[in-house]
Amino acid sequence: MSLLSMLFGNKPKTAQVAKERLQLIIAHERDGGGNADFLPDLQRELIAVISKYVKVNPDDIRVSLEKQDRYEVLEVNIVLPEKP
Amino acid sequence: MTRIITVTSGKGGVGKTTTSASFATGLAQRGFKTAVIDFDVGLRNLDLIMGCERRVVYDLINVINGEATLTQALIKDKHCDNLWVLPASQTRDKDALKEEGVEKVLAELTHQGFDYIVCDSPAGIEHGAVMALTFADEAVVVTNPEVSSVRDSDRILGILQAKSRRSIEGREPVKEHLLITRYNPGRVEAGEMLSYKDIQEILRVPIIGVVPESEDVLQASNQGAPVIHQKESDAALAYQDIIARFLGEEKPLRFVDYVKPGILKRLFGGK
Ligand SMILES: Nc1ncnc2c1ncn2[C@@H]1O[C@H](COP(=O)(O)OP(=O)(O)OP(=O)(O)O)[C@@H](O)[C@H]1O
Ligand SMILES: [Mg+2]
Repeated sequence: MSLLSMLFGNKPKTAQVAKERLQLIIAHERDGGGNADFLPDLQRELIAVISKYVKVNPDDIRVSLEKQDRYEVLEVNIVLPEKP
Repeated sequence: MTRIITVTSGKGGVGKTTTSASFATGLAQRGFKTAVIDFDVGLRNLDLIMGCERRVVYDLINVINGEATLTQALIKDKHCDNLWVLPASQTRDKDALKEEGVEKVLAELTHQGFDYIVCDSPAGIEHGAVMALTFADEAVVVTNPEVSSVRDSDRILGILQAKSRRSIEGREPVKEHLLITRYNPGRVEAGEMLSYKDIQEILRVPIIGVVPESEDVLQASNQGAPVIHQKESDAALAYQDIIARFLGEEKPLRFVDYVKPGILKRLFGGK
């Protein structure tokens, strides 16, 4: 940052913002991230396995992939039926 | 040995055809027998930029389909010795670009003793772009200092590594070069545009050159003569430096630092 912009407290330059955004998204895409086309299959197979033991409704299983700063979280949410 | 150089980018409209035309011309000016092939089936444009649009009779697909010989389809450049243009088909659909056909045409050019074959890729990551890079020995990845262009360059680098014959057969990988074009040092200085250093740091590919944003490019395309012919133009000098570096010569980058316009220029305008 130049002395002048330090003195007058300019907002961050857009080029710097662009660089940081690119570094994040490209690192993610190089890891094969954003490439979660296996999720529907995973969901179907989970339903099949779980159904062997408990009776679940396909809609009661939710699979999602969420990106946080440096890692990804695979979240599987299963709602078990209430005991009769 | 024939070298196949693919000019590619992922994103459209960043300067692939402009670069292919000047790159091929620059190699021919250095005395190398050079062919430049338009892979943009359905959106032929290299012929206009090279200024040979009225001499197109046959095209790449005609040669692939055996409807014309390679010699019939190759157009001798009128500005420069050692240079031939192979236009894209304007009418056929993209599937006509068969892999075996492309391989056959490239093999025949090799057989005819061409030193360099420059392949002008279409935009995108679909069939046409993949065909243009499948047989590459080297790739010039054309990038604008702009987020979507840089991201798409990274994508196309991934595709090069996945789909080129060199990768598939486990040979020495395609040699990658980063070419940044439409660069505006003033805006970089002002913090409004990614610098070439930023882009290189992100993509991690050696820079072969930086071409400034230049009004001469439009003038060149208006006239149908690649911009590298315009001797006094910054863009031409940048492309000449790129050829020199490609051939292994040491050339410091030019036109990357902001020069304040002189008082005369400010008073009377000018480029
Ligand atoms: N250095 C430059 N300065 C100014 N304008 C430029 C420069 N390089 C290219 N252009 C302009 O950018 C536009 C796109 O260029 P070009 O056709 O070479 O891109 P392309 O990547 O081949 O596009 P497509 O993806 O459609 O094939 C043209 O109008 C061209 O004149
Ligand atoms: Mg083009």
